[in-house]
Amino acid sequence: MAGSSYDALVIGAGHNGLACAAILAKAGQKTLILEANETAGGLAGTREFTAGFSAPMAHSAAALPKTMIDELKLSSYGLEVGPALETVGLSEDGQHVHVIGDTVTGATDADAAAYPEYRAKLQRYAKVLKPIWEATLPRIGASSLKEALIYAQGALKMRMLGKEDMSEFLRILTLPMRDLVDEVFEDPKLQAVLSWDGLIGSKMAPRSPNNAVLPMLLRLGGVHGGDHMVPKGGMGAITKALLAAAQKQGVEVRFGAPIKKVIVEGSEAGQKATGVELVNGEIISAPKVISSADPKTTFFDLVGAPAFDVQFASRIKRLRAQGYVARFNAALSGLPDVPGLDGLSGRYIIAPSFDAIEFAFDDAKYGDASQHPVMEVTFPSVHDASLAPEGKHVLSAHVMYAPHDERSDWSHDARIRFTKAIGDALERHMPGIGSLIIQAELLTPKDIAADYHVAGGHWHHGEMALDQMLMMRPTYHAAQYSTPLQGLYLCGAGTHPGGGITGLPGRNAARQILR
Amino acid sequence: MTTKPSMKAFTEQVTELPPGLSPVDNYAGERLMTSPFHERQAALNLRDSWEAWNGYKFANHYYDVEYEYICIRNLCGTYDITPMQKYLIEGPDAEAMLNRMVTRDVNKLKVGRVTYCCWCTDEGRMIDDGTIFKLDEGRYMLTSGSPSNAWLRMAAFGFENVTYVDKTDDIGALSFQGPMTCEVLKKMGFEGIDTLKPFGIMHFPFAGDTIMISRTGFTGDLGYELWITADKGLELWDALYEAGADYGIQPYGEAATSMARLEAGFILPYVEFAESLKTVHFKHDQTPFELGLGWLVDFKKPHFSGRAALLEEKKRGPGYVLTKIEIEGNKPAEESHLYRDKACRKEIGWVTSAMWSPVVKSNIALAMIQPKYLSGDIWAEISYKKEMKPRWKIAKCTVVDKPFYTPARAKATPPPKF
Ligand SMILES: Cc1cc2nc3c(=O)[nH]c(=O)nc-3n(C[C@H](O)[C@H](O)[C@H](O)COP(=O)(O)OP(=O)(O)OC[C@H]3O[C@@H](n4cnc5c(N)ncnc54)[C@H](O)[C@@H]3O)c2cc1C
Repeated sequence: MAGSSYDALVIGAGHNGLACAAILAKAGQKTLILEANETAGGLAGTREFTAGFSAPMAHSAAALPKTMIDELKLSSYGLEVGPALETVGLSEDGQHVHVIGDTVTGATDADAAAYPEYRAKLQRYAKVLKPIWEATLPRIGASSLKEALIYAQGALKMRMLGKEDMSEFLRILTLPMRDLVDEVFEDPKLQAVLSWDGLIGSKMAPRSPNNAVLPMLLRLGGVHGGDHMVPKGGMGAITKALLAAAQKQGVEVRFGAPIKKVIVEGSEAGQKATGVELVNGEIISAPKVISSADPKTTFFDLVGAPAFDVQFASRIKRLRAQGYVARFNAALSGLPDVPGLDGLSGRYIIAPSFDAIEFAFDDAKYGDASQHPVMEVTFPSVHDASLAPEGKHVLSAHVMYAPHDERSDWSHDARIRFTKAIGDALERHMPGIGSLIIQAELLTPKDIAADYHVAGGHWHHGEMALDQMLMMRPTYHAAQYSTPLQGLYLCGAGTHPGGGITGLPGRNAARQILR
Repeated sequence: MTTKPSMKAFTEQVTELPPGLSPVDNYAGERLMTSPFHERQAALNLRDSWEAWNGYKFANHYYDVEYEYICIRNLCGTYDITPMQKYLIEGPDAEAMLNRMVTRDVNKLKVGRVTYCCWCTDEGRMIDDGTIFKLDEGRYMLTSGSPSNAWLRMAAFGFENVTYVDKTDDIGALSFQGPMTCEVLKKMGFEGIDTLKPFGIMHFPFAGDTIMISRTGFTGDLGYELWITADKGLELWDALYEAGADYGIQPYGEAATSMARLEAGFILPYVEFAESLKTVHFKHDQTPFELGLGWLVDFKKPHFSGRAALLEEKKRGPGYVLTKIEIEGNKPAEESHLYRDKACRKEIGWVTSAMWSPVVKSNIALAMIQPKYLSGDIWAEISYKKEMKPRWKIAKCTVVDKPFYTPARAKATPPPKF
């Protein structure tokens, strides 16, 4: 395009926007990232929630694949993969369940004996899906050989499982988490812990139908085969490395540059995106506008529904993208002393059973915040001392369930009630923690939506459910990173393979755009 | 606070009803609605020949189909189009919203004018056709054969300043068609009606209200459509029938309409096209190109719903095209298959509507035909019955470019006097 100095504009410096831009720039595209916030990382960024105390939003990574780290040479930009974290199902009586690698302790012997085989099975299945996550999935009805091969590759991997295993794979794919887990395990805490990663971020509880297994298998594709990880120096290292990698390739990044709208120009040749207008009125043109913002924000707020066909817009409108996870950050005067725990570098689940999660969900289904929330807790300052003043610490909790559309629209009272419920649960499992809290912050999905410009405040920019995954993410005619609007592309968590820290949507998008 | 009616009051009410009549109509929601003109129309429906259209009771014919048809062509007649769906679409975004929805360029429509249009799915398959009346800047009436609420709601999503209201039950509408219509309207005192051009709109005071008259219709002849507040319906009817008495005014129904519209080359839902949102099978619906409505698709517009798919369809060319044909002989080619050869070996299409046309004096039909065979021979295999005995014949067909019936008076302003 004449007069524009950029080949590509990327909306958002979240981890996917950074990954996408880095690959585009590496291929010689002059790329500019425009980020509304003052820092990079988006939902994987770090926030100072009270003076001197910061917490990473995504506080651990499970799904980040090695291929991604290698392709962008993130190690050379300071990313050092940390060891696998243990996941602990906390018990009020100190009899916790620990899961790491192939080892389960604190549950029954039978559970411990069954775990390695269960894990190996899921890892085999995760491997089958790997080529699927890492490719652009062909449009339904597409018939080129190259595209067909992507499915063939998956099918071949599936065949290589053997007949029994293949049937088992197909059987479990659509199970609710509860059915998957309680076929094998009996300890209630272990059951809850093992179902957690299939649910978190979505509007789902253990009994919910609609495929929790598929997103869980995506998470199993990470460096530790499903175990979570915090890089050396903390979660911030991921964003730092991605930003450095992108800048090294020549990507320009502008912070504090919220985009008001994507500019659409129409003529007899049709309409196309030709650039963006910033909130401050500045106009920047480029032939490619690539949005890492979620689909609803991109299509409706930045472009506007009228630019799309009626049924397409209607499908985007109906996307389920209401967040159900709140974030609780606390500044601590010191680390709690939790009976039965040795150090606090792991991931701690406060959810004693399937039912505890399910009942918490029941409240949320009808628009209330859970009366007895369940949560996942980490202490990020244990991994990254820079997050808190010396000797002090930070607690980060992902709390379920907190509906974005809470009945009272998150009135002051509702927030107080929910915060108190979180505090009670923490105190019961980590006695004395209340007296260590100097300052705390509750981020409901509504707050997350406002601070991070993501519709519904959804972790994954949209439910990770079968009808919104694969070649349907976010919906057909926009599932190949291109959109019905010429010149507009998507590259965020709302596209295949979805949310969580993977960098895959960003990378797949860049590859597709460069084709 | 409302008080509950007591059981006593209830039984008293029951005893006031005529004997044998239940106080509760168990089928109330199922009964057909009646139009503002119903009282008069029911009296004239000598054959009690009723059908249903969008929940309204409406006549197939009143007396005799051929007679009604002859009235349309030689005198004048009224056809109750109240059941046609009417939406008032208003607001600063009304034009943009309609422009996104329909394939035609609404920008070009001037105040006081009407345009024929269609709208399509994202795949470019036709949902419905209708007319848009530009009542004022930012104020339109859209009519459609079937309810369009759901589609309008979807099409309006994303526009902040537009409202759409279903006015179907609030407006009585009569299609008044035939060579005498202008004379009758003049006699009613609608001064200047003879200056109204085709697809134009005029308003006149009537019965303490306003009547809207558009020079539109579905017969291909001189004709008008009259739009009035529902409760003024009977007043309009009586005035019209009084003025029309000397001009042979006669109500006509669906059957006569269907004849007249075929001569004019107009399409009917579920005869020529299946509404896309209601078809079950893939591609059992049609694109505007297949229906010969390519002229309604304005690719100069940068965007409208279905544009990308229609552009593809245009490039690819439709598989079948709705074509006007004349068939030798006088046996209507209803439901005929069409062939390239007299031996009927290579099938190339089928007939959607057919009739012996009294005005054109020809055996006419609309047919879906594969475009590549349009230039060669076309043969119709016609089945018919002679005193109940099944017969068939093979008849040669000729493609016709123009509508079968196009009287000059249909376009003349002022229309010729009688
Ligand atoms: C509280 C929370 C905790 C999470 N924890 C984990 C976890 O522990 N592990 C894990 O794997 N995943 C976690 N997730 C999910 C994961 O963080 C996200 O799925 C992922 O970070 C999404 O990355 P993204 O780059 O696609 O989008 P985002 O990170 O949302 O980036 C989009 C960027 O676009 C910017 N933007 C949007 N609109 C505009 C505009 N108009 N102008 C300019 N810029 C704009 C935003 O500011 C944002 O920076 C968590 C999510 C949340 C909300």
